[in-house]
Amino acid sequence: MSAIGKRRWRRGFGPAGSMLLAAIALLAAETPRAQTGTLAITNARILPVSGPVIEQGTILVNNGRITAVGANVSATGAGHVIDAKGRTVTPGFIESATQIGVVEIGLSAQGTDDGSIRPTGLSAAFRVIDAFNPNSTVIPVTRVEGVTRAMVVPAGSGGIVDGQGALVALTGEHVPASITKAPAVMVAALGERGASLAGGSRAAAMLRLREALQDARDYAEHRDAWQEARRRPYALGRLDLEALQPVLRGEIPLAIEAHRASDLLAAVRIAGEFGVRLVLFGASEGWMVAGELARHKVPVVIKPLTNLPDFDRLGATLENAARLAKAGVEIVISTFDTHNARNLRQEVGNAIAYGLDPARALEAVTLAPARVWGVADRLGSIEPGREADLVIWSGDPFELLTTADVVIIAGKEMPKTTRQWQLFEKYRTLK
Amino acid sequence: MQLRSWLGRMALAVVAILMAGDPIAGQRPRARTAAQEDPWASTYTPRASRPTLIRNATILTAAGPVIEKGDLLLRDGKVAAVGTVDNPPADALVIDAAGKWVTPGLIDTHSHLGVYPSPGIESLSDGNEMTNPNTAEVRAEDSVWPQDPQFGLALAGGITTLQILPGSANLFGGRGVTLKNVPGRTVQDMKFPGAPYGLKMACGENPKRVYGSRNSSPATRMGNVAGYRRAWQQATEYREKWRRWRENGSDEKERPERNLQLETLAAVLDGEILVHNHCYRADEMATMIDIAKEFGYRISSFHHAVEAYKVRDLLAAGNVCASMWADWWGFKLEAFDGITQNIGLVHQAGACAIVHSDDPSGIQRLNQEAAKAIRAAAEGGITIDRADAIRWLTINPAKALGIDKLTGSLEPGKGADVVIWSGDPFSTYSRAEQVFIDGALMYDRHDPATHPQRDFTLGILPEVSR
Repeated sequence: MSAIGKRRWRRGFGPAGSMLLAAIALLAAETPRAQTGTLAITNARILPVSGPVIEQGTILVNNGRITAVGANVSATGAGHVIDAKGRTVTPGFIESATQIGVVEIGLSAQGTDDGSIRPTGLSAAFRVIDAFNPNSTVIPVTRVEGVTRAMVVPAGSGGIVDGQGALVALTGEHVPASITKAPAVMVAALGERGASLAGGSRAAAMLRLREALQDARDYAEHRDAWQEARRRPYALGRLDLEALQPVLRGEIPLAIEAHRASDLLAAVRIAGEFGVRLVLFGASEGWMVAGELARHKVPVVIKPLTNLPDFDRLGATLENAARLAKAGVEIVISTFDTHNARNLRQEVGNAIAYGLDPARALEAVTLAPARVWGVADRLGSIEPGREADLVIWSGDPFELLTTADVVIIAGKEMPKTTRQWQLFEKYRTLK
Repeated sequence: MQLRSWLGRMALAVVAILMAGDPIAGQRPRARTAAQEDPWASTYTPRASRPTLIRNATILTAAGPVIEKGDLLLRDGKVAAVGTVDNPPADALVIDAAGKWVTPGLIDTHSHLGVYPSPGIESLSDGNEMTNPNTAEVRAEDSVWPQDPQFGLALAGGITTLQILPGSANLFGGRGVTLKNVPGRTVQDMKFPGAPYGLKMACGENPKRVYGSRNSSPATRMGNVAGYRRAWQQATEYREKWRRWRENGSDEKERPERNLQLETLAAVLDGEILVHNHCYRADEMATMIDIAKEFGYRISSFHHAVEAYKVRDLLAAGNVCASMWADWWGFKLEAFDGITQNIGLVHQAGACAIVHSDDPSGIQRLNQEAAKAIRAAAEGGITIDRADAIRWLTINPAKALGIDKLTGSLEPGKGADVVIWSGDPFSTYSRAEQVFIDGALMYDRHDPATHPQRDFTLGILPEVSR
């Protein structure tokens, strides 16, 4: 049932992240350790994101983490040296809204789509990561294009709240080894999609979301009474009410999909009512209310190549990213796609072509999503202590003629083979 | 080229009958000249233009190697000269294009602009007549909404010509129409003069899913094939009936009944309508080639052709084009074996490779899709020059649409459909700066007055630069 995919991006979904180190320790298994010994990438043009460009430098990686970065770092004694030969190195890219690992084939392929559910009474509790298939063919296909982490989100539960997303490493390992953070976000819908889920009106969608948050808050305050059936009935069941608690406590953000300027402001209002951390998914008309979004410090996850004027987004423009950034809004760039989440860098390149500052653009797929999802102390930049997600590019990463020559996740060099490459090799000559 | 031979003759006969006795025609006593006898004929006229000399550009002509620091002269709506122009007309507008690149206008063989417009709502959803597996009688041009704002967005991406096709729910979806990407009040104002109609056919999952789910035929791939063969057999007999009637003196009293569905298929058998066949899987493309052989028609292009690389030898041998995406895959099982080297392998095999969009967003960036295909090919050891890759977006689609003598390359005498790019068209950062159609400047990125405003977007919001 997923709509993240081919065609026009009509249904959404959404991800986010938490701040508590305790929660991380409890919920997030460490990504895999690198081979023993130090890996050195030498002679590299390094874009650390968190600091100025290092025109010629070395990166040392040990035990899955970056241990040193700089122009004067020595690779002597490293167990494995990769000579970048002047090529550009960036942090691995983070895709912030996808269904990689939970949808293998989009349509008419029974048993391959665990990314959404028909209305069953479940909503916030729907944890799509429990269905994550590390052997999905989509993982290598995405990884070889320099995407190293992905926020895997539900595409629909039948309710206003879609459920929880998880940030994963695209290493192809099973849960929990591949989990970077889970849950990392709660996803909900307002706007046109919210309206259709709530009976046909945007206003009803607001009401349903408010009801869910009110019930969850009341439940938290009166758990015992509820257990003894001495509390009014709630619109949501126990699992959903529990799942919303990290949102109310501010541990994970609430990502609301909306596009129309008035819906974005409605999302800001409802987030304010409950003091939850808001992230906007989509925000095609974000530029029209960019000042308000900046003032409320609301990050937006946008797909820059959105400019078709639908009634939900008549103001959609390819300049959305540039205009939001100029207004001071934290922007994260996403494909909102699964099979072609690998085109993340095409989204970024076009955002630059339509006015976004290139450094800001790089940040929008590295450090900005790391901040928004609460893992900036682990990912998103090339600094000592960070997990070593690194990509060596044959040229400008945002040019489509450029290849991701080497992809490293948590210190481990990833294989270049994909099912698609194997098909190519099989048919390279016709027999 | 308004379907001259068989269908053209028949249309003339029918017009004569209508004019004589049809009550509706009688209410419109408009005198018709011979040229106006086809009420559906193109009413497109090139916009006024002055001679234009583009100087010092890197030119990809789609007809030869790259020309560095080259000149291109447009005059009277045609390409007048390419290479070095020493004595330009005195009244020529001179554009210094140093550092810029020039290509033919881009051509998309597969679009649904106007039939699936923006806004994408039910009221405007006019692309798929999903009521019968054979709707060869419907025509996309009768659904095209000329006010679709997507046309203007595609123009800003360098698209000068595009084929609008019906959807793929049916075995025979109906006629496609080739348009100039110009504003018009009617679809006829946009119709590419001299372009043949297309016939949309569809293989595989879509027809069997749509009709199978209604418990009607086709519900399987074998049902699909039976449906094609049944229709072609009927068309063969229909065509034969008309042929005999004409040979026997065309006696009005004996005139066979006209069947719009079979008329379209018969025109395919006459080679006047070109088949555009939605087909993903290699084995199904081979099957469709066999059906074409059985009934004596030609397939102009497979569309999507996600597994074209597996049968690229058959495509080359049969002179069948493949209109492909750079990287769409996996959204259904018949797209699961999509590989990014598809276009490069088809090209390398000497077959006619085309980059198509089938998408209102992708059509704005066909050049970027080509860049992805160049790179994937290179990763597989297949080197493709820009001068060759540009053919995927220009002369090859022109060939598939039957308009390659009119447009698709920068050669003297051809229509002056031209794009000036801010830089290498295969760079993500390059944008179409100026777009000419038949020598007239239709889009200038730096001149908002030229940015096409469709009625729908007029006044609906404050100024939005898309």
